[in-house]
Amino acid sequence: MNAPDNSMVHLSIILFTAVFTDNILLARFLGMCSFLSVSRQVKTAVGLGLAVVFVMTFTIALDWIAYRYILQPYAIEYFRFILFIVIIAAFVQFVEMALERFSPVLYQNLGIFLPLITVNCAILGASLFMVIRAYGLAEAVVFGFGSGIGWMLAIIAMAGIRERLNNARIPKGLQGPGITLVIAGIMALAFIGFTGVLSGR
Amino acid sequence: MVLLLIPIAIVSAVGALLAAALVFAERVITNYGDVEVDINGGEKRFTIRGGGSLLENLTLQKIFIPSACGGRSTCGYCKVKVTEGAGPLLPTEEPYLDDAERKAGVRLSCQVKLRNSLRIEIPQELLTIKEYQCTCEEIIDYTYDTKQFRLTFLDGQRMKYTPGQYVQLLSPQYEKSPEEVYRAYSISSDPADETAIELIVRRVPDGICTTYMFDYLKEGDKVRINGPYGHFYLRETNVPIIFIAGGSGIAPIKCMLHHMQNTKNPRKSIFFFGVRSTKDLFLVDEMKAFEETVRVFKFVSVVSQPEPDAKWDGVTGRVTNAASDYLDKQPDAQQYEGYLCGSPGMIESSVQVLAKFGIPEDRIYFDKFS
Repeated sequence: MNAPDNSMVHLSIILFTAVFTDNILLARFLGMCSFLSVSRQVKTAVGLGLAVVFVMTFTIALDWIAYRYILQPYAIEYFRFILFIVIIAAFVQFVEMALERFSPVLYQNLGIFLPLITVNCAILGASLFMVIRAYGLAEAVVFGFGSGIGWMLAIIAMAGIRERLNNARIPKGLQGPGITLVIAGIMALAFIGFTGVLSGR
Repeated sequence: MVLLLIPIAIVSAVGALLAAALVFAERVITNYGDVEVDINGGEKRFTIRGGGSLLENLTLQKIFIPSACGGRSTCGYCKVKVTEGAGPLLPTEEPYLDDAERKAGVRLSCQVKLRNSLRIEIPQELLTIKEYQCTCEEIIDYTYDTKQFRLTFLDGQRMKYTPGQYVQLLSPQYEKSPEEVYRAYSISSDPADETAIELIVRRVPDGICTTYMFDYLKEGDKVRINGPYGHFYLRETNVPIIFIAGGSGIAPIKCMLHHMQNTKNPRKSIFFFGVRSTKDLFLVDEMKAFEETVRVFKFVSVVSQPEPDAKWDGVTGRVTNAASDYLDKQPDAQQYEGYLCGSPGMIESSVQVLAKFGIPEDRIYFDKFS
């Protein structure tokens, strides 16, 4: 295994790529369910987005540790799906409990979205990409953080558009999920404009 | 073989470890200690381990708040007024509460967590509603289509209720009905006896619950009811009373008469009991007996279409006409309070008659069959 390149330049490239070029939501279309259902208001979108950033950053670190020190030594990498899911679920549960107990304000703004995140495929997706790309710990954390930010950006943008759509006249057949998916597609096209700007693999 | 087992053991071990850590964390972190819930300013109080939702803890205390979704914040039925200690309104509750409710402190009890002591307000009727297991002790045939069922509460349970209220009886699954249904029946028995209730039920053709009660329920069978419900009860005033009931609508009136007898109520009262033919008449002797025991009470049975061969020497015609004739002779007719129980048609025409004599609508109380 190559020693990971931990220079600032390399890490910022990973960050930029994760946020824009290779946005986990718009380029990979992961985490669609909560993206479609919780993007009606900017306020809730921000809450869910922050929760995703937080959970993604920490679970990717935990998953990296589990992968490096449990799965790799015993050569049972093929169990990563199960193990990652279990770790994510446990972590989310734990954070929810802790938030509820120690910070009611934060819980009110963030905590109620946590159960939604347990089943968010973007979280698992980020951990699996980290394995495929053979990131080191620092790279993985930056990648997780960046993916979270990218996901948050996308859902806030979507919520902003949908808030304005409330006043728009939409043909009946397109209302609801229809128009939302069309918008998601157009947004993805826009993000494709970043392709080739930097490739941080 | 071993090669196969080791990886499974490792993954299981990690899972078990995480589960154990979570259980431990739940013990430590979500231990909110004991919290006290105060209902209606001290009327009822209980102390319980914090952490759970208000709804589930109220249910544990046998206080049944209506809820259809099982605490997932999708039905919006479990509204409870929390005057102290609820914390901020959650986004999950917002869609179900209007401005007036928010101002009044109404919350969805499935979303309110017990973190600290709470003061809440619950409508009185929800506090007294309970579920009762009963034995069907006795079934009496009153007419060809009307029976009285006496239900005795099991396990020493007692029911306190206001005379005129009703209970809901569970008709279980049986061969004519694949589902359980609840149907409402007024209590007809003496409220002084809290260990049993009596219901007077008239058979509804093809009715799910009455078919069960008439054709399947036997003396000695177990029955489940809940209650008491309803706002049909005697108001505490001194004005004279006119009762009008048709058929099994006699049930809540009978209960009220027992109560008037028990409390030596001095109010002047008259009861017009209407049926179609003489073979529909029942409980006449019992009602006549109330004339002796209730201070100033008169009972008039009215038959609208007596059989030609029946020797009916009582009042003939519609029960509303009989009531109208009576009120016509009362100089204080507009003073009366009206208590009506029967079919929607009977209630509507009775209300019209009472209104004709100047009895305002807010002094006419009724229990409409539907």
